[in-house]
Amino acid sequence: MRLERPQLLRLGVAAGVLLILFLAPLIFTNYQYGVLGTKILWLGIVAASLIFLAGYGGMVSLAQTALFGIAGFVVANLVVFTGWSEWPAVAVGILIATTVGLLFGLIANRSVGIYFLMITLAFAVIVFYFFGQVTKFSGFGGVNNVSAPDLIGNPRQDPAPLYYAALIVSLLVYFGIRYLVRTPFGLALQGVRDEPTRMRALGYNVHLHRTLAFGVGAFIASLAGVLSVWYNSQISPGSIDVSRTIDVLVIAVVGGLFRLEGAWIGALVFTVLDDQLRGETTRFNTVIGIVFLVIVLLSPGGLVGILGRVTEGVRRITRTRSGGSGEPPQAALEEP
Amino acid sequence: MSQQTHAAATQLPWQERLRATPPTRIVVRIAIAALALFVVLWVLVFADEALVKEPRIFFRVLLLGLTLAGLFFVVASGFTLIFGLMRVVNMAHGSLYLLGGYFAFDLQQRLGGGSSVSTLGFSSAETSFWDWFLPLIAASFAVGVIGLVMQQLFLRWNQGQELRQALITIAISVILADQMLAHYGGLAEELKAPTSWPTSVNVGVDFGFFRLVVLASAIAIGIGLFLGIHRTRVGMIVRAGVDDRAMVSALGINIQLVFAGAFFAGSFLAGFGGVLGGTMISLDKGNDTAFLLNSLIVVIIGGMGSLGGAAIGALALGLVDAFSDIYLPAQWSNYSILLTFVLLIAVLAVRPLGLFGRPA
Repeated sequence: MRLERPQLLRLGVAAGVLLILFLAPLIFTNYQYGVLGTKILWLGIVAASLIFLAGYGGMVSLAQTALFGIAGFVVANLVVFTGWSEWPAVAVGILIATTVGLLFGLIANRSVGIYFLMITLAFAVIVFYFFGQVTKFSGFGGVNNVSAPDLIGNPRQDPAPLYYAALIVSLLVYFGIRYLVRTPFGLALQGVRDEPTRMRALGYNVHLHRTLAFGVGAFIASLAGVLSVWYNSQISPGSIDVSRTIDVLVIAVVGGLFRLEGAWIGALVFTVLDDQLRGETTRFNTVIGIVFLVIVLLSPGGLVGILGRVTEGVRRITRTRSGGSGEPPQAALEEP
Repeated sequence: MSQQTHAAATQLPWQERLRATPPTRIVVRIAIAALALFVVLWVLVFADEALVKEPRIFFRVLLLGLTLAGLFFVVASGFTLIFGLMRVVNMAHGSLYLLGGYFAFDLQQRLGGGSSVSTLGFSSAETSFWDWFLPLIAASFAVGVIGLVMQQLFLRWNQGQELRQALITIAISVILADQMLAHYGGLAEELKAPTSWPTSVNVGVDFGFFRLVVLASAIAIGIGLFLGIHRTRVGMIVRAGVDDRAMVSALGINIQLVFAGAFFAGSFLAGFGGVLGGTMISLDKGNDTAFLLNSLIVVIIGGMGSLGGAAIGALALGLVDAFSDIYLPAQWSNYSILLTFVLLIAVLAVRPLGLFGRPA
């Protein structure tokens, strides 16, 4: 099989990125970078769950942080208070979060666009208040001293194992989503995104597809929830409050709300900005808000969109043509 | 004839039948069901004798719920007004609420002539009616202007891109929240009601006077908005704009002016609510989120863009809030937020667009 130049180029870039990602702990031996890398990866996974829903299902969900938090809280509670060992706790946490996600999807599946945004925001805030109020599960202090399994060890002493775990999960999520959207279910989901009425006429169950997609999104978010609990060794309502919810939205939008890679790129930009600016200014949120505002106003495709435009321009100059990439359309923010 | 239609109706799947039922009837049904559920729960679970056998407490909680509902209505009516006309979900509405409260707080302190308001000396400072009323009007007006500027600068040229507009308002709310935290700090502040007003009055039970003022203003605003929308020429244009923007502007009406006016009014109401809420409860850094959530729930329940829906939604939310706080048994009272959630589910399960919602 002969590969054409653009494909070769893309493969080369992908291999390079993978190599850097796998060698990162060896390159960035600084402890702080190791920690930041892990954070970028799990933030990227949450954002990826949002981008999956938004890009392929047409559902911009603000409930991802809440679902992420549910998984985290379940794991933390089971490990710390019930004394379960880590892996069964993880399984139960993901199961519960996914179930709650399916329930949310069941309620919200008839709403689209901004209605969906509003309803999921209401879910998110309710979950936040729930964990804030119910002292049995958390209370405002949260659950502290959550230990990670032996395989991960203590991230505070050696961040590398957790980094690799997050990297592997990230890759699984990335390729899993790319695979899923090419399956009949994924194709039908994109049909539901574009033409719900026609899909219904063709005999597809539109609501069921939306609900299941929301369940998948919840599953992905819950993976990140587990990783974040190990990363922070604690979880509190503050980890899932509205500003966290908006952070994830910012990451997804900055990266490009409709490009899967954007999730991790956005997380990278956000985390590095966060790390660099927190020391400089106490008004980090103002900066991030302004960045967000500018991106939304100027480039609906986010940074990936800008990159895409640049490469498109280069391509037009060099007159190299490439085939369709199977990516979701860019139009996206300009919906009906 | 009527029998025939009845037979046809029974053959339809239940969703179809439901869609064919007028919303008013559904409201009545839900109200009845909720009431029945409430009574059953009350008898079965709330075995706290002292509470059950004391109707005065019940009346008090009812009043608490109603006044809370009044505050929710004032804030949410602005939200729903903006949405109804322009399809803009103003995610910065909660921030505008809090901003209104803080502006008034600033102004009240200035007017108070540097008297020790911040040290919470109860009797040291006289607050005249104007010390409260002027900040109320000025702050609401200022917030209205801010909303107007926001709309003209950022939203006007993105008309029709609903999601993008929502994201823009989210960005603005992030900036506003952070700036307010910078200027006013994270401590709770309180606006002072006029000292000439009594703290509480006897309306069967002793009840906070200012809460009744809030309820009265909410009712006045509700009636005013209703009359304004249904009886005046401007209201006629607004209603026409809700139904068909293109047609209205084709008739030679400057729809942009109407939009600007609606955005001003909606933001004004948020600021007004902020001053009322700041006097009735307090001003704190999380209030923007809380009141965004309240507004969202109120309009999701009542139906986006519907004034009547906002009133019903505010009533439902306020009463659930007040009653669950007091009447849930102690070991359950932490779970009261779940009742709000149940309320939301119950409505959305039956009416995905809210009780009075109409498809766009």
